[in-house]
Amino acid sequence: MTNPLISLTITEALTGLKNKKFSATELVQAHIAQMNACDHMNAFITKTPDLALKMAGESDARIAKGEMRPLEGIPIAMKDLYCTKNIKTTAASQILKDFVPTYESTVSQKLLDAGTISVGKANLDEFAMGGSNTNSSFGPVENPWKSSKHLNKRLVSGGSSGGSAAAVAAGMALGSTGTDTGGSTRQPASFCGIVGVKPTYGRCSRWGIIAFASSLDQAGVFSKNVEDSALLLKTISGFDDKDSTSAQIDVPDFSALLKQDIKGLRVGIPKEYRVDGMPQEIIDVWEKGTKLLKDAGAIIVDVSLPHTKYAVPTYYIIAPSEASSNLARYDGVRYGMRVDGKDLQETYDLSRAAGFGAEVKRRIMIGTYCLSSGYYDAYYTKAQKVRRMIANDFKSAFEKCDVMLTPTAPSSAFAIGENDDDPIKMYLGDVFTIPASLAGLPGISVPGGLDSEGLPLGLQIIGKAWDEATMFRTAYALEQAIDFKDSPAMLKHGAT
Amino acid sequence: MSIDKTTVQKIASLARIKVTEDDLNYYAPQLQNILGWAEQLQEVNTDGVEPLLSVSEIACRLRPDVVTDGGKVEDILKNAPESVEGFFVVSKIVE
Repeated sequence: MTNPLISLTITEALTGLKNKKFSATELVQAHIAQMNACDHMNAFITKTPDLALKMAGESDARIAKGEMRPLEGIPIAMKDLYCTKNIKTTAASQILKDFVPTYESTVSQKLLDAGTISVGKANLDEFAMGGSNTNSSFGPVENPWKSSKHLNKRLVSGGSSGGSAAAVAAGMALGSTGTDTGGSTRQPASFCGIVGVKPTYGRCSRWGIIAFASSLDQAGVFSKNVEDSALLLKTISGFDDKDSTSAQIDVPDFSALLKQDIKGLRVGIPKEYRVDGMPQEIIDVWEKGTKLLKDAGAIIVDVSLPHTKYAVPTYYIIAPSEASSNLARYDGVRYGMRVDGKDLQETYDLSRAAGFGAEVKRRIMIGTYCLSSGYYDAYYTKAQKVRRMIANDFKSAFEKCDVMLTPTAPSSAFAIGENDDDPIKMYLGDVFTIPASLAGLPGISVPGGLDSEGLPLGLQIIGKAWDEATMFRTAYALEQAIDFKDSPAMLKHGAT
Repeated sequence: MSIDKTTVQKIASLARIKVTEDDLNYYAPQLQNILGWAEQLQEVNTDGVEPLLSVSEIACRLRPDVVTDGGKVEDILKNAPESVEGFFVVSKIVE
């Protein structure tokens, strides 16, 4: 049987620690044991059990002295895109395979200050580019869920924060960090049957997060339920002098109003999200969610986001363009892999050829093309204009509603390797998450139900800018109404 | 728009990525597909629309012009592939 400590929520674990039902050491040990038992899932690039146990001892000392911090002793997983001082940080890339930061990212520092304990650095798509975690140079992450029709198939965790999502879903950590550029927290949360949040752009500091597309990148969190996500997001939010795009806006206590009812709240249903070829099961889960919110007192409003179909191509011009610029820093000189050539130019060419994987090269080249002389206006400027129209669509729609409800992804988890040869098909997996990213809006994915293969499907709630509180409140109401109790079979039967 | 192998070779050199003949064969049709697909944006009428550079509607902050950090030569060089006496080492670039 699995250790019952790994089935707790963060809120339950904090109560247990406070009431001395178990120690932080026992709690962390249980999660390390599960992490080791789940090695086949490849959720971690670097495991840090010794450091975690040392920190757990310190947490126990604090608890004994009555000096418990808000998240004291809570085992988490840290996406390997966050720079962690003296702990290898790879971005899942060979070009950073030996990179050891000399500083701590703002978000991970805030989590340390709150008392959390990281058990390791979670696997991801290389430089967060992907929706399957199959673009990691350290291998794909396996989803803990299995298809009831194809028990031998290994399914993707989703991505890019696949390791972070799988770690929480399989009981290796009580919560985790992700990052979300076009859906990288919400989509793997949907695939792994847990909660994943992307806040408003500017809510969290990007300092120390390895950059992919700076106008879109945001920190994010995963947990088993909405209440835990509200706690985690509150912890990592806030202004930071080190990030010029972090906002000087007060961070409300997301937990305070969480359980308030949603009577009279206007929930928008964007009609353009009913895309051609969407599986009926996903429409069913979406309609069920709509009905449950209505039953809870919400007013359902039809809204329109006319430029939705242009969001994914817009994103695949803007994000690669920014990436081509951001990733120019990997030159084999200051840090990262170096392959010596006959001169400096060839050293660049060889280092980058050897260090980057196929998807990263693909995106750098798309971006380089879109930014190159003669094409800049036709691609990059055009995409920025369409981006404004997409953002304006949301502004108009939010005059008629307070939040929106949509599916998180157009499918459940697919098999590892299934879409690898079809980049556009893979890109369209983010069709429901990318529009809110382009508009800088917050989004949360909560489990909506299971499909006919027994695999989780997520529902997304999109909030207004800076109104994560209402988004969380709606998500909580939806979560209570759906009452999703399923967990991966491996947890029911024990991991080993 | 047509992305042939010559174009990919040109993009790759701009991006400082060495590509082989196999790479060119692999990437040319993919980039052609992706960029061709992205061309659907041309059907959107964007006359008079300002490009959106950033969703954060925050004006750039000013800060006092004082030294807040520094003296971290060791930290900065710690991950360098090669360094000597406080400097990064690169191959000779001037003949």
